Amino acid sequence: MAETGKQHPPPAGDEARYDLAALYEASDIEAALACLNAEMIGLEPVKTRVREIAALLLVEKLRNDAGLQADPPALHMSFTGNPGTGKTTVARLMADILKKLGYVRKGHLVAVTRDDLVGEFIGHTAPKTREVIKKAMGGVLFIDEAYYLYRPENERDYGKEAIEILLQAMENNRDDLVVIFAGYEEQMERFFSSNPGLRSRVAHHIEFPDYDDQELYRIAELMLGHMQYRLSGEAEEALRDYIHRRRQQPGFANARSIRNALDRCRMRQAKRLFEQRQRSLSATELATIEAEDLLASRVFDETGENR
Amino acid sequence: MRITQGTFSYLPDLSREQIAAQINYCLEQGWAVSIEYTDDPHPRNTYWEMFGMPMFDIQDAAGVMVEVDRALSEFPEYYIKVNAFDSTHGWETVRLSFIINRPGEEPGFRLDRLEAEGRTIRYSTHTYAGQNPAGARYGRGETA
Repeated sequence: MAETGKQHPPPAGDEARYDLAALYEASDIEAALACLNAEMIGLEPVKTRVREIAALLLVEKLRNDAGLQADPPALHMSFTGNPGTGKTTVARLMADILKKLGYVRKGHLVAVTRDDLVGEFIGHTAPKTREVIKKAMGGVLFIDEAYYLYRPENERDYGKEAIEILLQAMENNRDDLVVIFAGYEEQMERFFSSNPGLRSRVAHHIEFPDYDDQELYRIAELMLGHMQYRLSGEAEEALRDYIHRRRQQPGFANARSIRNALDRCRMRQAKRLFEQRQRSLSATELATIEAEDLLASRVFDETGENR
Repeated sequence: MRITQGTFSYLPDLSREQIAAQINYCLEQGWAVSIEYTDDPHPRNTYWEMFGMPMFDIQDAAGVMVEVDRALSEFPEYYIKVNAFDSTHGWETVRLSFIINRPGEEPGFRLDRLEAEGRTIRYSTHTYAGQNPAGARYGRGETA
């Protein structure tokens, strides 16, 4: 028996079966992925990438259980895309997924920008960066507009120091910290090419595409649903028109612009209702946004009618 | 003489994992953890030096362990303790405090008796380590 075993050694652990489905269910990441699908409109490439990363981490976990040796998967990521394309929201979901898979212990997200990392005078940067890193340990550190950290035009800029400390932490505290760099695509590209040390440690790059009109409309609907508002028939038309016009204008920030527009719209609706305060209002009226609430927007002024 | 101040001081020294586990417990309770050090072991020495600020807003013990490791490498021959402060209204006090590092050699204390008026005796605790100036009390190779 022993001899035949020696002649044909079975691959280690071939007898044991590893149940991916069971691990998937036990890890409860289905809820997080479902949330990603339901709450995030569009963003198909992002969803695909997140699902790929989740699958990789899940399989990696199973391989680990089977005793197959591999370097722990690199988890640091970069999210590139224009403002308002959902980078922070996806980062939050990512933190949740990583926690459910056991790659981070606490699963909180610490969102910072250059100001939180870089100090104002010599010797101020290191403690400041270290402070932020300490807070993010056990969770995810999300650095928004990360390319601001590196300013090649000023060689005495303290941003470099922050990057060095960050690199050190990413190397020494691999089990404790996941860093996500976020920013516009072009600048991030330049940022990574001037910091090869960073680039080699960032394993996953996810691009966030801009939303098209239809997706923005669905986002608006979702936001209004959360705030318990509804649109009247004409208001639906007006909103479509608004979105189409707004995206042509400078400073358009995708879903963020839509959120701001809806907030202003709520204010106009409140004002309109307040002006009719002599009569009593129905619940439907309180929840309905009329076309005029949207049409009063500055965006429609561009046509020159009210100028 | 092994000094026994704070929680766990009658137990063998805590390992790094045990320290991290205790800190994790503190953070789960919502307490702010801070580190202090001293080379004056006198029991009435309540005010130890702070090693950095108390750490608020930290979620995971790994964050505190960064500072613990720095303190250990900077003051290997000092007493170092970890305090956990509870800011809840009505408590507002340190809830847990334990020593995580002590000098390799602890020379201990002497009891001085002062014969005062009549048959009165006044007692005082004298630390042998305290004979040397601060900073030179537990240094390796240095003698009194």
